[in-house]
Amino acid sequence: MIAALRCVIVRDLRLAARRSSDVMTVVLFFVIVVSLFPLGIGPEPKLLRTVAPGVLWVAALLASMLALGRVFAADHADGTLEQMMLGATPLGLVVAAKVFAHWLVSGLPLVLISPVLALQFDFPQELLGVLALSLALGTPVLSLIGAIGAALTLGLRGAGTLLSLLVLPLYVPVLIIGAGAAEAAASGLGGHAQLLLLGAMLIFAGAFAPWAAAVALRISVE
Amino acid sequence: MSINWFKYSSPQTFFPLAGKLALGFGLLALLACGMGLYLGFFVAPTDAQQGEAYRIIFIHVPAAWMSMFLYVVMAFWGGIGLAFNTRLSGMMASAIAPTGALFTFIALWTGSFWGKPTWGTWWVWDARLTSELILLFLYFGFMALQASIDDPRRADRAGAVLALVGVVNVPIIYFSVKWWNTLHQGASVSLTKAPSMAATMLTGMLIMSFGFWFYSIAAVLLRARCIMLVRERSADWAGQYARGAA
Amino acid sequence: MVETPSVVPPLEAVDVRCARGERTLFDQLSFTLKGGELLRIGGPNGSGKTSLLRIACGLLEPDRGEVRWGGENVRKLKEDFWVRLLYIGHANALKDDLTASENLSVACTLAGIVADERRISGALGQLGLAGRENLPARVLSQGQRRRVALARLALGADVPLWVLDEPFTALDAAAVDCVQGLIGGHVSRGGRVIYSTHYEASIAAAVSRRIDLAGS
Repeated sequence: MIAALRCVIVRDLRLAARRSSDVMTVVLFFVIVVSLFPLGIGPEPKLLRTVAPGVLWVAALLASMLALGRVFAADHADGTLEQMMLGATPLGLVVAAKVFAHWLVSGLPLVLISPVLALQFDFPQELLGVLALSLALGTPVLSLIGAIGAALTLGLRGAGTLLSLLVLPLYVPVLIIGAGAAEAAASGLGGHAQLLLLGAMLIFAGAFAPWAAAVALRISVE
Repeated sequence: MSINWFKYSSPQTFFPLAGKLALGFGLLALLACGMGLYLGFFVAPTDAQQGEAYRIIFIHVPAAWMSMFLYVVMAFWGGIGLAFNTRLSGMMASAIAPTGALFTFIALWTGSFWGKPTWGTWWVWDARLTSELILLFLYFGFMALQASIDDPRRADRAGAVLALVGVVNVPIIYFSVKWWNTLHQGASVSLTKAPSMAATMLTGMLIMSFGFWFYSIAAVLLRARCIMLVRERSADWAGQYARGAA
Repeated sequence: MVETPSVVPPLEAVDVRCARGERTLFDQLSFTLKGGELLRIGGPNGSGKTSLLRIACGLLEPDRGEVRWGGENVRKLKEDFWVRLLYIGHANALKDDLTASENLSVACTLAGIVADERRISGALGQLGLAGRENLPARVLSQGQRRRVALARLALGADVPLWVLDEPFTALDAAAVDCVQGLIGGHVSRGGRVIYSTHYEASIAAAVSRRIDLAGS
């Protein structure tokens, strides 16, 4: 069973590596959206410093959502998803493996590049760690919840926009707590509570979301 | 006498029952809302701080309660449909969504009306109002998902999964929004500070709540009847009903 | 645990009904498939062959009736049933960006079939793809892609139940012979195969049955 899961992760990573343009678009989108905000609200340093965590989080959220369409759609189109559903490994575990690989490709790059972008907003250097950690804990939760939405909208017309409508309300708690971590750290309160909450959300989502997504996949494929 | 619970689990037998129940609950709703509104707008005393403007809570609060209650009921019926593979449960869940969304919208709209004379703005990012807004998005998501799926069975089951995931999230959303609200507000702008309840005010709100609840039952049952007719249109009883009613 | 053919339970379809929208594709359909038996599903396009095969796999839930393996509903057995199933559908289930051998390797691992590189190459060679193992699936022809998908049959001897949807599509005569040989071999060793086809196949089997879906 571990062999099968490792096989799925390696396969998805290999596919992403051979189609690296898909990966780059997500990262570029993130960078561009973050750069749009100062253009929209003005470059005043104090304002930017205040909004930095929120802006980075919203941009990461949107970029993550953009990438969701790719979790299951390609496998559904060429029939590989059916094979996974008829495989010897429980579908929930296969979904967890796929979402993990998806996060490695679409979420982790955002986490790694976020400190650089935060510096653009003159965010205090000593707090970059909290910001990056909040994204590191939060983006997997976004991928996990998003996978449920992607599974529900599999193969539907207008799946992309419908997916956003379904998934964004569910993202709100993660956004509030995630952005709140860095904001609390910036105001001197320390972001520990929020980071712990994010960790709890990650564990909860990790335990239940793959199973819910598996149920949704079976419903969508019937 | 043992009750045969499953007698009404098929659309054919439930259809006429739903019609009678809808009529009954509709009349009750009219009565209760009439009483509640009279109590709220004429009998309850003027509030010392907020004047007459506070009276909107007689609509706002019951509507907010109904919006959340209906979401839970919708998720419940969806869950039953998933677990027992019954067609009627899915139809009930689909019938509830528009009424739930309506009450959410009413809660938001009346909340806005309350905010204007009290705080001077048409919208406040109050914890409850923001949660209601997100709840409205959840309802819209449910309806949009069901509308995009042609196969009724897939639509029912996908909607059920979404509603169940949503129902788990609603408390999380509410608490995180509440936290966000207290964290960010200096002077707490909050619509939750309702005037301290005189007995008549509480009674009025409770009666309005019942009124809204009866209305919801009537509206949902009527909508469910329409859904039943559409889904079961190839069945004999549906054809007979349509011909008889024509 | 290795199951001998006599221990492997039969696949039973009991009173199965399938409707798509307003149309009933088939109703009150039953069959039993024991070891060493071959079942062929025939019928015109749109008559529900693919739906029947998917119901037999447990991918699709029938509107009435059920499919059982060893007396239990296959949809409840889930992985316990699927580990004994090899399904090759209409779609080839190949990733364009992976090579033929990578594709076959992934497919086997997911299905629970243990196969090292040597056996993978051997299977591809058996289907006439020797020398093409390291080409990305993108550059293979339709027939070659179908053969990569079917190469799993060469490695699936230990899997009791094969369900094949139009296995002979896009294949040339040599490949058709090869696949018929694989199916015949599996059946003669006690395995069971359900397949759908337009093609008038000639597969030698001890017990060979046929269900023709009428279509409307």
